Amino acid sequence: MSEAAVQGKPVATGSETVLAEHESYARMVWRRFLHHRLAVVGGIFVLVLCLSAALAGIIAPHDPTNLDTSKRFIAPFLSWNHPLGTDDLGRDTFSRLLFGGQVSLAVGIVAMITTVLTGTVVGIVAGYRGGLIDTLLMRFVDTMLCFPQVFLLLVVAAFVTPSLLSISLIIGLTSWMEVARIVRAEIMRLKEQDFIQAAHALGASATRIMVRELAPNIMAPVLVAATLKVATAVLMESYISFLGYGVQPPLASWGNMLTNAQGYFDTVPWLAVLPGVMITLTVVSFNFLGDGLRDALDPRLKMDQ
Amino acid sequence: MLKFILRRVLQSIPLVIGVSIIAFGLMHLAPGGPLAVYTLNPTIQAQDIERIKVALGLDQPFHIQYLRWAAGMFSGTWGNTFFGGRPVLDVILERVPATLILMGSALSIAILLGTAIGMLGAVKRYSLFDYLATTGALFALSFPTFWFGLMAIYVFAVRLRWLPSGGMYDLGNEGDPIDLLIHLVLPTLVLALVLVATWSRYARSSFLEVIHQDYIRTARAKGLVERDVLMKHAFPNALVPLIALFGLQLPTLFSGALVTETIFGWPGMGRLFVDSLTMKEYPVLMGMMMFTALFVIVGNLLADIGVALADPRVRLE
Amino acid sequence: MSELAATTSLISIRGLKTYFPIRKGILSRVVDKVHAVDGVDLDVRRGEVLGVVGESGCGKTTLARTMLKLVEPTAGEIQFNGTDITHLSRREMAPLRRQMQIIFQDPFSSLNPRLTVGDILATPFEIHGLAEGQDMRDRVERLLMLVGLRPEAARRYPHEFSGGQRQRIGIARALALDPQLVVGDEPVSALDVSIQAQIINLLKRLQAELGLTYVLISHNLSVVSHIADRVAVMYLGRVVEIASRDELYFSALHPYTEALLSAAPSSVPGRKRDRIILKGDIPSPINPPSGCRFHPRCPKVMARCKTDDPALISPTAGSSHAVACHLHNP
Repeated sequence: MSEAAVQGKPVATGSETVLAEHESYARMVWRRFLHHRLAVVGGIFVLVLCLSAALAGIIAPHDPTNLDTSKRFIAPFLSWNHPLGTDDLGRDTFSRLLFGGQVSLAVGIVAMITTVLTGTVVGIVAGYRGGLIDTLLMRFVDTMLCFPQVFLLLVVAAFVTPSLLSISLIIGLTSWMEVARIVRAEIMRLKEQDFIQAAHALGASATRIMVRELAPNIMAPVLVAATLKVATAVLMESYISFLGYGVQPPLASWGNMLTNAQGYFDTVPWLAVLPGVMITLTVVSFNFLGDGLRDALDPRLKMDQ
Repeated sequence: MLKFILRRVLQSIPLVIGVSIIAFGLMHLAPGGPLAVYTLNPTIQAQDIERIKVALGLDQPFHIQYLRWAAGMFSGTWGNTFFGGRPVLDVILERVPATLILMGSALSIAILLGTAIGMLGAVKRYSLFDYLATTGALFALSFPTFWFGLMAIYVFAVRLRWLPSGGMYDLGNEGDPIDLLIHLVLPTLVLALVLVATWSRYARSSFLEVIHQDYIRTARAKGLVERDVLMKHAFPNALVPLIALFGLQLPTLFSGALVTETIFGWPGMGRLFVDSLTMKEYPVLMGMMMFTALFVIVGNLLADIGVALADPRVRLE
Repeated sequence: MSELAATTSLISIRGLKTYFPIRKGILSRVVDKVHAVDGVDLDVRRGEVLGVVGESGCGKTTLARTMLKLVEPTAGEIQFNGTDITHLSRREMAPLRRQMQIIFQDPFSSLNPRLTVGDILATPFEIHGLAEGQDMRDRVERLLMLVGLRPEAARRYPHEFSGGQRQRIGIARALALDPQLVVGDEPVSALDVSIQAQIINLLKRLQAELGLTYVLISHNLSVVSHIADRVAVMYLGRVVEIASRDELYFSALHPYTEALLSAAPSSVPGRKRDRIILKGDIPSPINPPSGCRFHPRCPKVMARCKTDDPALISPTAGSSHAVACHLHNP
């Protein structure tokens, strides 16, 4: 074959134009993303949030579990020492929000990874294998979707000794079904394409086709779903923590800070306002980020079309 | 059409079976199994538990237990509560009206308001209104419902004292429809918020899709007044996919109702669920899982039949 | 299957049928079958170029894919190099796949858009564990040059190339494993006419240099005429005529072949054919007509065509020109 190669006359590929075209794809995605201003704001907020969660130990002025009964219920914006005030046990609210953010984000991200992994694997296997496996898996998805997620979540959460990992896994394992459906639909479309047949013709195993050929092609919808799933996971965590089945005190989470605040609701409302605002901002930011990514990466998925 | 309905009903059967297996299996995951609650009771001896186990057939293999339980479900015997020994189905059913009132009123608001917002947004696409509506919807979807409820209570009940902070009736006013209505306002609005958001997003995309169809262009080309084009041609067709949304939204609606009920002390199924969780009332929890899931299945079935009635193309599939 | 045929044929097909079930209802009952390939006998001789022509929907693509076991056959037998591969599992087929490859019609869907060309061409070596590291990169480079592309192409993604260039990449992939048989499923029909000639010439050159055996599927007789040694004509899942190229072009026997030839622009200047217009459309492959499948459209239809299914045989003993028509095989 090598002798023949010498005779092969190179054909101009027009490298200059080709490169420009390639760059413009990435630039187009970036431009479309920037065009969605709320997504940019969301993205920036998510970045700030991740940084502050990562650096909580450095930024926080106090130990979030440090009790000081002489300094209970300090209102926000009144003291340099406690910029966002203190709670019923004199704990510094700003520090608790920072560490609570760490917990919420960690749970949100681990839950998202669980959701995306489970959903993607189920979706790829069901879509590519088809037949009985597909029917069984998708019936299971349909069945799971008959249960209201909060019901499912609470029942399992109530049975399990709560830990950050268990909470994340429970949230993840009760919310992967939509991802599985999205992925399966994509795979059904992709598997008709000839490059899958080509891999088959080369003798690739089913596993190789699923991992090497199909998986890279569903990145755009999966990335979008992943971003949106962080938002719902943060929401779910805060809710089950609020009800007492999630993150347990003394570990602070935005949800259990609200449980605490509920008791002093009519006198010190700011204790309930601050964690709620953080939850809302975080969830909104991830939702806008996901929305922007969807518009930028995959215009086909845009809601208007 | 009959054939379609029959086929659709048959398709629901595996779902019902699947749902019951999952609900039953979940309860067996409970720490200590279904009798865990007795082990906490100091007056009950270990041999008593063994006796109860045998009496209830809990010493049988999993599938036998499941079949017995499923047969009981089918004939309406959903077991008794641990505390008080009341039939589970009765306990659940007495909570259903409260939840249905709450869900029904929130859903009505969502359908009316959401459809209107979505339609207007689609007709005036990219206008300021459209922009505010779509952005607002995304915000509303991101609000933690329970926190939003707390804030609403703080503002309207604690500060302004306009509305009661919770419950269904004031003491002594049980059954008074005016009192019910007053108590209904806050929880309904809180629950409706997310629903309106979802509904308006779907309505918008459904209208956009219809507006760009050829037959709408034809209607315009015929010289019809724009309002007639929208109301007579676009509106009915855009509504069809929204019928299906009703079914698809049921689980979210239940989840939302649960959250809202716990915040407002609304004596519905959600409240019952959370109370049963704290009391480890496994029979009630299992019954509730089954009940809501069956409700969702039937709701989707009805929604699909509705879509098929409205759109003959679906029937042929 | 005679021993003789096994030794002279690279691939030999007997009574091959590929049906696709049409499922309906909740229980996915099979209510009907598409008879895509419905009883094909074919021998591909080592080193030859066999063209397979027919209208779209005649089953030629399914035949190509079944031949390579990309689609499971419903009945019949496929022998490759004397081995019966009809019932081999996906795993058992894997080592044999080195010897048989395929080039696809659509150069846009046949290359994975998320892999670089280098990765695409490395795939065959990875699957069969033939090379890695620098050795693999060298082999990829050689493949690219073999099909007339620059080695730098390896770093780019498929969407950066034109249709013709992409088809070259597809050919390079098919050749990576040094196959004996290459099946081209309409390899040029998605390309511009000017590019078609380049790709056909490339295929011709590669065949000569590497001693390949080709099965080229096409709906276009003139494409096949440029490169094929023998041509098989398919109609509704059957081979209706097979002959050497010249014999088929100059003395076609089957009325369907005649009609096809009359529709194609003549490859011989000055020779003009009267265009034969067939009546009706191709019947549905779900319920193929009785007797000779072509009888409802045949201009020379006879009474027995409606009931008797003609066999594919040579009218003159010893000739390799075979036809399935009652006119010639009374």
